[in-house]
Amino acid sequence: MKLSHNLRAVRVVWQREMIRFTNDRLRIVTSLIQPVLFLFVLGTGLSTITTGAVHGVNLRTFMYPGALAMAVLFTAMFSAASIVWDREFGFLREMLVAPISRWAIVVGKCLGGATTASLQGVLILALAGVVGVPYSLSLVLTVFGELLLLAFTLTAFGVMTAARITQLQAFMALNQMLLMPLFFLSGALFPLANLPGWLRVLTRIDPLTYAVDPVRRAVFAHLHAPAAVVHRLNPGVTWNGWRVPTWLELVIVTAMGVAMLGIAIWEFRKAD
Amino acid sequence: MTVPVRAVSARGLARRYDDVEAVAGVDLDVEPGEVFGFLGPNGAGKSTTIKMLCTLVQPSAGTATVAGYDVVRQRDDVRRAIGLVFQDPTLDGYLTAEQNLRMHAELYGVPKSAVGERMTDVLGMVGLTDRRRSRVSTYSGGMKRRLEIARGLLHAPRVLFLDEPTVGLDPQTRASIWRYINELRRREDITIFMTTHYMDEAEYCDRIAIIDQGRIVVTDTPEALKASVGKDRVQISTDDDEAAMAALRARFDVSPVLAEGQVTFAIAGGEGFVPRLFAELGVPIKSVSVSRPSLDDVFMSYTGSTIRDAESSGSSNQWMRMMAGRR
Ligand SMILES: Nc1ncnc2c1ncn2[C@@H]1O[C@H](COP(=O)(O)OP(=O)(O)O)[C@@H](O)[C@H]1O
Ligand SMILES: [Mg+2]
Repeated sequence: MKLSHNLRAVRVVWQREMIRFTNDRLRIVTSLIQPVLFLFVLGTGLSTITTGAVHGVNLRTFMYPGALAMAVLFTAMFSAASIVWDREFGFLREMLVAPISRWAIVVGKCLGGATTASLQGVLILALAGVVGVPYSLSLVLTVFGELLLLAFTLTAFGVMTAARITQLQAFMALNQMLLMPLFFLSGALFPLANLPGWLRVLTRIDPLTYAVDPVRRAVFAHLHAPAAVVHRLNPGVTWNGWRVPTWLELVIVTAMGVAMLGIAIWEFRKAD
Repeated sequence: MTVPVRAVSARGLARRYDDVEAVAGVDLDVEPGEVFGFLGPNGAGKSTTIKMLCTLVQPSAGTATVAGYDVVRQRDDVRRAIGLVFQDPTLDGYLTAEQNLRMHAELYGVPKSAVGERMTDVLGMVGLTDRRRSRVSTYSGGMKRRLEIARGLLHAPRVLFLDEPTVGLDPQTRASIWRYINELRRREDITIFMTTHYMDEAEYCDRIAIIDQGRIVVTDTPEALKASVGKDRVQISTDDDEAAMAALRARFDVSPVLAEGQVTFAIAGGEGFVPRLFAELGVPIKSVSVSRPSLDDVFMSYTGSTIRDAESSGSSNQWMRMMAGRR
């Protein structure tokens, strides 16, 4: 099998995801609703009990990385769900019988999901000013890159499960069951310091933790907040007191993505 | 000089699913340029055979080549050489016809410079040129089928497999699909391997194989098959059908049944029999018709059972059973 032919296949599978994403305005809007609700309703509501701001930093600003992760989370899962959908409506078979390697389909799908999900993240990124985060090119680029990684890993995870689960309803139910705990434990809602032991362990196991933290670090690096506040709200992720560096967090996210991509490819090789 | 390779060749091809012998040892030879029909009731093993030939399912025994390539060892070569239209639709309804075709061209590695012309060609052939920019979800069932056939042809395959291309379509659309298939065999240098459980459609094929319960019972041209049944169908209407049937039984040793409101029976040389019938029946006859055996009759005659299809009505089943029993 020629590599150039497979790369053409990767590109066209990716393109299809893009066409479907841009055609589906409704999906773009509905995927924005949850993060926006989260940011403005929950963020604003909760700030009344913390008297509007935590040490001078608005609660919405704190929650902003969580909203970005949330937007990516739902869009990536939706992309992966489309594989189950494709199977139900037969289109998956058109791809599976083509004279291409299976990895090309899986990689194309994951790259497509990653791109659409991080584009969705960019829409939330546009709200930075509203929540008190200054616009800056370096911030946008850093966060976009980090979201891309997160989106890729999430889509790979979704595609991996979609290889096994052939019913859309079951797939959606499984994801609902997984997404909420992942999100709650990820540090999107509260700083991951001074937690009781059991909760600290759970948050450290949650893979999403290592995607939210780098985004928060990037956001806080662009805020002009006093060091004490930053320390309080952006404590980072620690293992036994050792603060996990950003590069390692990103390596963790990437490694998981690559591993799940590998499993997904392996599973689709067996499928007929 | 090279000998032209067989379009399809299978020896002892078989597939088991747990305790079901879906295909139980099939031998087939299809020559290049033929339209070959695979005829059988639901569950006979038609789709499973096609899937093995198209490399989608591994045979549990036997061998097969398509366009000269082995279906197990040369999967990708086979896949490039064939076009496929499945029994269930495999289009992306969110995309336009053009986008579906373009996607297919990329997946099959059609040379970039050829894609545009090829797309125009196949869309024209199935009469969808003016709807090429519409989303496929807005298409009717017949249009989708036609688009699938166009897509199956896009990469200029040597063998086109059609699994029940007309199932679930209304008679007019079925007829139009057949017009396109006939047009296709004139225009392209291609072999068509198709399955159907509509007997009337098998008439369009150069040769047909009748498959029942995973086995091929006979392979021949439709004409030869019908001739082999050796009996014609005679239908008469009388004022007293009961008396006519009794007389037929007594004097001519045939087993008439009432089918479609007429006294119906099978007999060799039906046309020559009519004068005798008038002279000797003893019951006034109002009308008589003699028809050559249809493929339904052929099917019944070879498989000895009724075709287990929703389409067949009770009376024709009764007729078929009789044809089969009196072979
Ligand atoms: N994936 C499968 N698993 C189990 N049994 C199957 C499978 N595919 C087909 N069969 C069985 O094999 C037999 C032949 O099926 P099929 O080839 O689809 O028939 P046809 O296309 O002639 O209607 C049927 O009894 C069917 O139930
Ligand atoms: Mg079938």
